[in-house]
Amino acid sequence: MKKLITAALAATMLTSPALAAEVKVGFVTTLTTGAAIIGNDMKNAVDLAVEHMGGKMGDLDLNVIYGDDGFKPETGKQVTDKLVKQDDVDFVAGFIWSHVLLASRKSALDAGKFLISSNAGPSPVAGKLCHENFFSTSWQNDQTPMAMGEVLNQNGIKSIYLMAPNYAAGKNMIAGVERTFKGDILGKDLTKWGADAQLDFSAELAKAKASGAEAIWVFYPGAAAGAFIKQYHQAGLKDVMPLYTSFTVDGLSLPKLQKANFESVLGSRITQQWDPSLDNAQNKRFVADFKAKHGTYPSFYAAQAYDTMFLIKSAVEAVGGNLDDMDGLRAAMKSANYDSVRGKYTYGNNHMPIQNFYLREVVADADGNWTTKVVSTVYENHQDPYASECAMQ
Amino acid sequence: MDYALLFIQTLNGLQLGLLLFLVASGLTLVFGILDFVNLAHGSLYMLGAFICASLTFLLGNFLVAVVVALPLTGVIGYLVERFIARPLYARDHLDHVLGTFGLILVLDTLTHLIWGPAGIAIPLPVWLDGQVNLFEGVVVPIYRLLIIVTGLATAAGLFWLVNYTRLGMLIRAGASNRTMVAALGIDIQTLFALVFALGAMLAGLAGMLIAPISEASIGMGNNIIITAFVVIIVGGIGSMKGAFIAALVIGLIDTLGRSYIDDAFKLFMPSDAAETSAPAVSAMLIYIIMAVILAVRPQGLFPPKVR
Repeated sequence: MKKLITAALAATMLTSPALAAEVKVGFVTTLTTGAAIIGNDMKNAVDLAVEHMGGKMGDLDLNVIYGDDGFKPETGKQVTDKLVKQDDVDFVAGFIWSHVLLASRKSALDAGKFLISSNAGPSPVAGKLCHENFFSTSWQNDQTPMAMGEVLNQNGIKSIYLMAPNYAAGKNMIAGVERTFKGDILGKDLTKWGADAQLDFSAELAKAKASGAEAIWVFYPGAAAGAFIKQYHQAGLKDVMPLYTSFTVDGLSLPKLQKANFESVLGSRITQQWDPSLDNAQNKRFVADFKAKHGTYPSFYAAQAYDTMFLIKSAVEAVGGNLDDMDGLRAAMKSANYDSVRGKYTYGNNHMPIQNFYLREVVADADGNWTTKVVSTVYENHQDPYASECAMQ
Repeated sequence: MDYALLFIQTLNGLQLGLLLFLVASGLTLVFGILDFVNLAHGSLYMLGAFICASLTFLLGNFLVAVVVALPLTGVIGYLVERFIARPLYARDHLDHVLGTFGLILVLDTLTHLIWGPAGIAIPLPVWLDGQVNLFEGVVVPIYRLLIIVTGLATAAGLFWLVNYTRLGMLIRAGASNRTMVAALGIDIQTLFALVFALGAMLAGLAGMLIAPISEASIGMGNNIIITAFVVIIVGGIGSMKGAFIAALVIGLIDTLGRSYIDDAFKLFMPSDAAETSAPAVSAMLIYIIMAVILAVRPQGLFPPKVR
């Protein structure tokens, strides 16, 4: 009898790896601090993607393990190490913040894992530090503000004041506007960022106004967005310096601004690679189901997180669930052969998307909720400026 | 030199300084009189902001909400004193730090559970939401003037309380020698609880005042508490006058540093280098001041007379 049990146990142990055939995705985002509003939106989108996939990628069960970076590079690296070593995930994805991604990338890539950024796009990972196992479902940081620079030129803006937080992405964003904007830059401020970010911009707004610039451009993602727009509103700058933003006014800040009735934001212009109103089947399903489940429009963070999961799914299915076939997975991801909510795009040599950028305007929808709509296409199939610095072909 | 801009920046510095004073005055009272290191003072600032935000939406008016929220934060301060601070008085400072640091984590998580991670934007009444033209070229948001007026009024009230009332006399006596105060038959426990509740109300008021500008958000207190500690160290621990002057100095230095350091740096270094180094240096400025004060005058600028 005892022998039989031992044999049965041994048999179970032998078969269990096959039974537990699953694809593990580690998703690093911010789930604590004020920036958790972004992380939760991404998590909601990933959960929705898992639901739409029926919890499976091909024949494999899908297991998503979340990690919280606490808005800090060192914590992000620790949680990435944990996902790679302890959970032995197949894909590390997520990453809102450029400085967190830069601190964590080596942990994932040195362990031979695929690393997919669902948001952050600092210049090094697109240029000199590009890697065959790194992919992005978002953009390189410079691209969105570059599109904004073009819009400013088209609107005949001759001079501008720039403001951004003092970290990797803030500097890239400013560089992006400077790259395409043809007028004069009358001043710029880099403000303190991180868990103890500066949220009172009185000194900077006074400087901006005194500079006499025709318009002001800012990049303030997450909680700082609401704070900035409120102070812009309170300082009465709407008629003096029109506001242009990148990654500041989004599906997360708009409901809050609407609740507090900050109408200064209506009509403000944003550039982005995605919009909830884009007309394709995948996007319609995503936006409708997200709204039904959570009551708000998904943010661009959510859209990119949702795309991340479908990109992985397309690769897993292309290799028939054989996760050891790294070359096959890589080739499949590089082809971007999946239904993205932004529509079709391709990958450049540095595995950054080559995609369209749209000009969007903040409007009230049919139900009175504040959202955005596409005004025009600024760039078609735009590639980031760092691709040439990447050694990969 | 653009004098209108300098004037506006001075007002901005004054506003920041007065907010710092509201936080630092409570901190210096509690530290000076109770000899208790309250790291969680910033959490009371955050709770003040969140309670005020909820009440604003409930009662429909920001100012009414502030009036209702003030006693509520006082009650929270009293409860914190009664159940968390009091058992720790007899222990040393490290235990105070550990206990109140734990309290920060608990209160942050509690706030996350009650109000969610998003933070709350507080709408202002229309008459407070505009700007006022003080004189040619100087336009400031009305609300910022309100903060300055409220801060000055609170400071004046505190000076009256500390210097001309019986409670103030006890507070000063407690700061100098609390064993003697207790020996003279004063109910030191009640005095401590009152001081703690007062400190909580002051911190809460600062949180309520900043919330319409920067939103009520989790962890907002942890940013200001460090600066508030800098203020009381520069001003002299336990000194109300020191807290007031140091808060204004720190507020002005921080604001003017953010405004003018990059221009100053451009005089002697390339503009690229100035743009990169200026934000870093202006963020460090107040700590440099603190280090200098600690080196030259470790007891602070205005230490209480007898210790």
